[in-house]
Amino acid sequence: MSTATATHDDHHDHGPAKGLMRWVTTTNHKDIGTLYLLFALVMFFVGGAMAMVIRAELFQPGMQVVDPQFFNSMTTVHALVMIFGAVMPAFTGLANWLIPMMIGAPDMALPRMNNFSFWILPFAFTLLLSTFFMAGGGPAAGWTLYPPLSLQMGDGFPFMIFALHLAGISSIMGSINIVVTILNMRAPGMTLMKMPLFVWTWLITAYLLIATMPVLAGAITMLLTDKFAGTSFFSAAGGGDPVMYQHIFWFFGHPEVYILILPAFGIISAIVPTFARKPLFGYSSMVYATASIAFLSFIVWAHHMFTVGMPVVAELFFMYATMMIAVPTGVKVFNWVSTMWKGAMTFETPMLFAIGFIIMFTIGGFSGLMLAIAPADFQYHDTYFVVAHFHYVLVTGAVYSIMAAAYYWLPKWTGNMYDEKLGKMHFWISTISVNVLFFPQHFLGLAGMPRRIPDYAVQFTDWNVISSVGGFVFGVSQLMFAYIVFKCIRGGDKATDQVWEGAKGLEWTLPSPPPYHTFTEAPQVK
Amino acid sequence: MAHTGDHYYVPHGSHWPIVACVALTVGVVGAANWFNGNVSGQMILLVGLAMIAFMMFGWFGAVINESLKGLYNEQVDRSFRQGMMWFIFSEVMFFAAFFGALFYARILSVPWLLGADFSTHEYLWQGFGESWPTNGPGDVGGAFSTIGAWGIPAINTLLLLTSGVTITLSHWALKANDQSKTVLWLIATVVLGSVFLGFQAYEYVHAYRDLNLTLGSGIYGSTFFMLTGFHGLHVTLGTIMLIVITIRAAKGHFSPEKHFAFEGVAWYWHFVDVVWLGLFIFVYVL
Repeated sequence: MSTATATHDDHHDHGPAKGLMRWVTTTNHKDIGTLYLLFALVMFFVGGAMAMVIRAELFQPGMQVVDPQFFNSMTTVHALVMIFGAVMPAFTGLANWLIPMMIGAPDMALPRMNNFSFWILPFAFTLLLSTFFMAGGGPAAGWTLYPPLSLQMGDGFPFMIFALHLAGISSIMGSINIVVTILNMRAPGMTLMKMPLFVWTWLITAYLLIATMPVLAGAITMLLTDKFAGTSFFSAAGGGDPVMYQHIFWFFGHPEVYILILPAFGIISAIVPTFARKPLFGYSSMVYATASIAFLSFIVWAHHMFTVGMPVVAELFFMYATMMIAVPTGVKVFNWVSTMWKGAMTFETPMLFAIGFIIMFTIGGFSGLMLAIAPADFQYHDTYFVVAHFHYVLVTGAVYSIMAAAYYWLPKWTGNMYDEKLGKMHFWISTISVNVLFFPQHFLGLAGMPRRIPDYAVQFTDWNVISSVGGFVFGVSQLMFAYIVFKCIRGGDKATDQVWEGAKGLEWTLPSPPPYHTFTEAPQVK
Repeated sequence: MAHTGDHYYVPHGSHWPIVACVALTVGVVGAANWFNGNVSGQMILLVGLAMIAFMMFGWFGAVINESLKGLYNEQVDRSFRQGMMWFIFSEVMFFAAFFGALFYARILSVPWLLGADFSTHEYLWQGFGESWPTNGPGDVGGAFSTIGAWGIPAINTLLLLTSGVTITLSHWALKANDQSKTVLWLIATVVLGSVFLGFQAYEYVHAYRDLNLTLGSGIYGSTFFMLTGFHGLHVTLGTIMLIVITIRAAKGHFSPEKHFAFEGVAWYWHFVDVVWLGLFIFVYVL
């Protein structure tokens, strides 16, 4: 601030400011990381509540709980909230907390922009959720916002578009900050190929975000002008094409799904070696695999559109390109398993979640491979099989990795151990219920139940009942997670600096909890 | 806590980000209300824009003050540079979405409407026979004519290319520590940018009044105005940025070694220049 005096500027190593304004004006990466993580947790429950409404309506055939319009906005906003409000901010929060500590930097490269990128989010999601109270209700065309359906939304339409613009601005700024931090703020000796994989995966994720979020911004701007300014981008009468929206959207959307999973790969690559007490198998192949996945993510987008009516040559290209992704992903799974091979393994909660991730993410990967087969996709497309697929990779994938990360690093952040017994209970209840929830959806999809419908033919009843029961148990059991986190923040057994016997890396050389400012003098990395 | 020299630099807290969030939110709430046809919308939008301008003055002012006090070391300078480059990359991708729409329409969807490969033409749009430029089988917006490439657009290309030269000359002068030449060439750049914008505005009026070429002229009008419009917006922002660094250069803020703001603006200016070349070729010439 221009009014700050020189004495204030020269004041060294002060702690956090007092009161609420600490959190509003902070430039500290640990504060901002905490804000991101808490925001993500709140949004996780907001989106989760919407999922509960969906499962309640689908508990039996016929219309029970909500009207179809509201049901559709539940599926739409559940997705938008979970993707842009829960998973992405959670990963950004982890990046904020961990990347500076992992590379020996004092903070993020652009700390005030860091504050800006966080604080836009509460405003963006207030705007998004406020559409529920407007004429016409919340967005109900699915999170992909395909025109012409999405253009039929009521007064909330421009608010939703602008909410996404704001969330996009937040993501772009956050990503620029992360890339610059990694490229410019590493301690002496921390060469690129010595960086922890979490740092590597986030570097590549941030690149994907900077490259694709502006494309989403362009796509939804075209929606906005099509609705309000008379343009014809997505109207065939004016020479445009609704399918064009799908191409532009998925050019963003497919890299986006890797944005939601690459940081998870980094987390798992940190946790598995710790609890197997062995170095990560094939470090450099992990880096190259991540980069390959990122590259491929730009040339596979139309596999989301196999049934839309593309030339056959395009169907074939996108089918084969998609299948190639299985190769680098397979390298990763192979490396994690090889890391555990003959390791001295223990199964604390983070490791349980990590192993759960590896198994269930692989299930989601395989169903993805099935969907990649264009002729087979004609059958699966827009069925519950797709829903099962992406929930295996996003819930038991991305969300599980975030849970694993929270259990793994909470003792470092708070200085207290979490309640191990409750953590294990949380894992087992979640893992059983999440499979009861999503596995039957494979069967429903293969039997022909379409996604995004509030009612269904009676033949689908049994598996829907089972799925809903699993859903309710899974939903309620996440309250345990919130309880464990807050209990850990408030107290518990004191954690050592290294916390875990097998943990390696700069962040474990710091005290638990780390002081407000760390690495104001660069550590030497050998 | 400011560390200089060998130490890291971490800036202290700031209230500007939260001001920015409130300003942006007020702005978009205003715009959304305006789109929905509420009379209050425009007023709220204006308030939001004023708040954004206030925030930018305050935030950039604070950073400039800190920079002049010598708080920023080389590492901070590098962070700023890299941040600016990635920001420009994100802007490139924003334009890529609109260029993508243009190419998709010209290469794929319009030929499909005309009957290539798909039967859409036969079943839905029989009689549609107009290739690019087109406002579609529905003749959306009515008959229109297009703006030729070799009139004002060609002059505008020359103007922007020349402005790329003048800003480089200014940069050379700055590196040679010649302040008056630096300012002079910067002023020349601002003038060239402003004349470009003037021509562009004239062209828009001409298009709307005489050619019936509007934003509503089907896919041609949509891509034409969205691409040139967003480009014009970026030229406007670039010109404002140029004016700011002209004033700062005149005040002697820059040294031959340290002038990130100058270079950041110069990069941005070259970026709008390159986008224009793409526009000139793909929107006007071809």
